[in-house]
Amino acid sequence: MKLLVVEDDQEAGRYLVRALGEAGHVADLATDGEQGLEMALAGAYDVLIIDRMLPKRDGLSLITALRAEKRTVPVLILSALGQVDDRVLGLRAGGDDYLTKPYAFTEALARIEALARRQNPQSAQLTYRVADLELDRLAHRVTRGGEEIPLQPREFRLLEYLMRHAGQVVTRTMLLENVWDYHFDPQTNVIDVHISRLRGKIDRGPGPALLHTVRGAGYMIRDNGR
Amino acid sequence: MAADPARRPGAFGQIIRTSAFKLSAVYLVIFLIFAVFVLGYIAWNTRRLLDAQITETIETEIAALAEQYRQGGMRRLITIIERRGRQSGSFIYLLVDARGDSITGNAILRVPALQQNPGWTEARFNWPDEPEEVQRLARLRVFVLPSGVRLFVGRDLEERARLNEVIRRARGWSLVMVLLLGGFGAWFVTKRVLARVDAIAASSARIMEGSLSERLPVSNTDDEFDRLAHHLNQMLDRIGELMAGLRELSGNVAHDLRTPLTRLRNGAEESLRKATTLAESREALERAIEESDQLIRIFDALLMIARAEAGNLAQSLQPLAVDEMLSGIAELYEPLAEEAGMPLSVAIEPGLMLRANRELIGQAIANLLDNALKYGKPEPDVPDGTAGIDLAARRAGETIEIAVTDRGAGIPAGDRERVTERFVRLDPSRAQPGFGLGLSLVAAVARLHGGQLRLEDNAPGLRAVLALPALADPGLADPALARGPRLADDRGDASA
Repeated sequence: MKLLVVEDDQEAGRYLVRALGEAGHVADLATDGEQGLEMALAGAYDVLIIDRMLPKRDGLSLITALRAEKRTVPVLILSALGQVDDRVLGLRAGGDDYLTKPYAFTEALARIEALARRQNPQSAQLTYRVADLELDRLAHRVTRGGEEIPLQPREFRLLEYLMRHAGQVVTRTMLLENVWDYHFDPQTNVIDVHISRLRGKIDRGPGPALLHTVRGAGYMIRDNGR
Repeated sequence: MAADPARRPGAFGQIIRTSAFKLSAVYLVIFLIFAVFVLGYIAWNTRRLLDAQITETIETEIAALAEQYRQGGMRRLITIIERRGRQSGSFIYLLVDARGDSITGNAILRVPALQQNPGWTEARFNWPDEPEEVQRLARLRVFVLPSGVRLFVGRDLEERARLNEVIRRARGWSLVMVLLLGGFGAWFVTKRVLARVDAIAASSARIMEGSLSERLPVSNTDDEFDRLAHHLNQMLDRIGELMAGLRELSGNVAHDLRTPLTRLRNGAEESLRKATTLAESREALERAIEESDQLIRIFDALLMIARAEAGNLAQSLQPLAVDEMLSGIAELYEPLAEEAGMPLSVAIEPGLMLRANRELIGQAIANLLDNALKYGKPEPDVPDGTAGIDLAARRAGETIEIAVTDRGAGIPAGDRERVTERFVRLDPSRAQPGFGLGLSLVAAVARLHGGQLRLEDNAPGLRAVLALPALADPGLADPALARGPRLADDRGDASA
């Protein structure tokens, strides 16, 4: 993937570019808002990672300008302002996701990849398939090896989100935000129990396990055989 | 301020520029115009009255003379005139023959007598013993008798002139007095007002320079300046409270973050000293990352508390359906609670509405549930099957009570106040993870929404009640809700 990082702090910016490179992506760095806007308009990027407070042109006005030019490239906003209303402001300006500094790199990477996937038209398929696990969004039906698995509505949405991002790491916070629409932080690992229940239902049979825990990051649904 | 020599030359200009002085000047002018008008009116009326009186006395005198003339003819008239003319303060009498020569009389007319037509007139004259320069004015009635003889009867108008003089002088004096008194009054009032304003300005200048405990002077006369100063003082008090709160908070944050930072640093130092293999170093680094993540969570929690306590979230408050909110959270926690052996039972009254910040209320309820899960395990001597957590919401008058109840050890009555303070943890072994911020956040969120957090004994266990003011008019056609406001009205009538 080709990414653009707009970050005025040299060290933080270079760290992010390096880490994204290690994760197999190509990332450019812009150090102020004007440069960021120029590069975003000129280059074909898959995802923009934009800091909110930038010299010359702040992050939100950069996004607004970009959207005014009819650019739909997904934007992840990075900000040291982690407050609820700041997040709302960021999303209203045209950002697609919001991450508060300081962040874990795994979290940022998972969100960037999820954003890129969202841009892909195939992401809104009617059915998702991973190995012999199939999810039909219209019929609200989940089968594994042809056998129907009954799921609670929330379990269905959880699995739907995981399968839409199949092969990608999905963090607990992402699940909490996208499946439950909560932007607060339950201190005990409530998500883990939901995952282990889901796992008990879809990975019960003789086939290979599909729902994996990625240590220190989150979860991933993936066909190991491929 | 008056002591400031640089401002001294401008003192007069300063007084003139004040609104108090301008107002006084306007009043002064209005007063002057009024005084002149009143004096003029009095003068005009008095003169009219005097003229009428003089006319009347002359008429009476003439009637008497006419009677004498009718009875005794010219001779009798002359005798009468001669006799009466000698009395002091008398009328003016003058009898002139057809050629204009004086027959008799007690005054010398200064105008040719023959030119005076019959009727009322005013003319200059002298008394005979006076020098010619003295000019007097008389009001006269002129008659022409059948023989061509003219009779003048009149009165000296000296009195009227004297009155005019008095009034003119009064007008002058009153003008001077009004100007003098008014000017002095204006100066005095302005000076007084300026003194008050200067005192307030001086105090506020000192407050701005940093003596924040100082207050504006109040003279206890309860005038407009006192009211102004009183309000400003209240504002200063509020600012002082906010600043004290901020100072305390930043002090606390600095102190509270020092401990985990020290731990982080010590851990890193220790591993630098002891770790010899790559695996050991990795482990130490992972621990350091974990510690810093915790630090971030503490920091976030403290910020959230600070923001909730600062109370500036008013614009982010929105109508919130309690049952939807709570059943969502309950659904999130249900599996975890079941796994922990404390099944969650939910009892939410339908149709309850709050005006709230969704994230903050959600975080508060999540914190209460987290606490119940951590500390709500029944004591060993409690019979099996009673473990569990209740999440309930109901309307109690004007408030909505959201309660999280467990059946664990509870909190001793003496500690209930203390646990809502920051970083207070009752568990001395610190066996459970946490920082001691959970309940302080809940309490802060409750205060922000105009409610409170109550910790009650569930015997056994803890009952944490988040009591929040209900949204007054949810705009729902729910009969249970429609009854709410009417109940309040009934109570109002009963007390009235």
